[in-house]
Amino acid sequence: MSSVIEVQNLTKRYRETTALDDVSFSIEQDAIYGLLGRNGAGKTTAMSILTAQNFATSGQVRVFGQAPFENPAVLSRMCFVRESQKYPDDATGRHALRMARLFFPRWDEDLAQDLVEEFELPVKRRIKKLSRGQLSAVGVIIGLASRAEVTFFDEPYLGLDAVARQLFYDRLLQDYAAHPRTVVLSSHLIDEVAPLLERVLVIDRGRILLDEDTDALRGRASAVVGSSAAVEDFVAGREVIHTERLGRVTSATVLGGLSEQDRQRLREADLDVAPVSLQQLVVRLARRAEDSAPKHQELVP
Amino acid sequence: MEEGRPIFVQIAESIEASIVDGSLSEEERAPSINELAAFHRINPATAAKGVNQLVDDGVLYKRRGVGMFVADGARARLLARRTQDFAAAYVDPLLTEARRLGLGPQDVADIIAERSATTRKEPS
Repeated sequence: MSSVIEVQNLTKRYRETTALDDVSFSIEQDAIYGLLGRNGAGKTTAMSILTAQNFATSGQVRVFGQAPFENPAVLSRMCFVRESQKYPDDATGRHALRMARLFFPRWDEDLAQDLVEEFELPVKRRIKKLSRGQLSAVGVIIGLASRAEVTFFDEPYLGLDAVARQLFYDRLLQDYAAHPRTVVLSSHLIDEVAPLLERVLVIDRGRILLDEDTDALRGRASAVVGSSAAVEDFVAGREVIHTERLGRVTSATVLGGLSEQDRQRLREADLDVAPVSLQQLVVRLARRAEDSAPKHQELVP
Repeated sequence: MEEGRPIFVQIAESIEASIVDGSLSEEERAPSINELAAFHRINPATAAKGVNQLVDDGVLYKRRGVGMFVADGARARLLARRTQDFAAAYVDPLLTEARRLGLGPQDVADIIAERSATTRKEPS
């Protein structure tokens, strides 16, 4: 597989804040990526710069090997579904779909019409009058029907109920299987989207915290639960990212897979092992990064 | 899908389970990668990884342009492997718990004999 996006030492500064801090990563062709992180972590900024809707302060961005800015050859192959997409005041859903059809060379009108029906989108209504969920549906339909070689979905599910979200995930997988392309999905509902993702990029306060295959992440952390003394004994020398105590019971989240030998030891020590979901892992890693940041500053006067 | 274990491993195991319980017989077409992805709502690349593992293990084989099929003798091989794993997966934890309760191997054997007489009517 070759990469469609290359980002090198990308930094974005607004007046006081650094939204992206010397970030480097690449995105492979025909894979579904999860771009995960807290609000304000820099997810939207990264996607905006990649789609030339924002400027970088410094660093290099290459999409299909070229700089995306004012480059129609690159831009028409990318679709960015923004969480807060603005449309002209009097535009209807139908207008928005027609514009998208003109812009995206691989647009599939039949798919768009099917999706309009499935999401029950009132296309004749002015977008201004749509509910939050219907507004999200407009974005989702454009994102899927554009069949763009690289599609960014920035929290596309806001206001969508569980049924509509599942519809989105199902149609995304279905269409992706038939027409492989690169999809970058930013989401807070990490456990909900985890099975869709081939690779995960976790961004935290402008830095990449994690860039790994989703499968490798599963099973990378485990929660060891049992009597405090036994837990402490077992986790000694391991990387512990989180500890909770309740009376004499301790739950420690450790990084690194467990070998058969470890499992044997756990059984003998009467310790339970609970899986750690991707969402928990991301939350714990982000917390740990936060905790270590001020300490680091203290060390550097 | 269960948390904490790679999904592709679980996909491979679910296909193996179908072969062992006979719902997928030898020389029958196995579910395609896209069918698996749609059914389990997972990334097709992950489903492909699970299927490829079974191809590497000789459980499935590819017929060009047609799909994946269950290999001849796959069921017997899977049964042999699972029998091998049986002790580690079931007997060891059983003995660990028994030791905790102060039960010796003979006590455990007695319980097994008693339970298998009452719970299942299967021929032993």
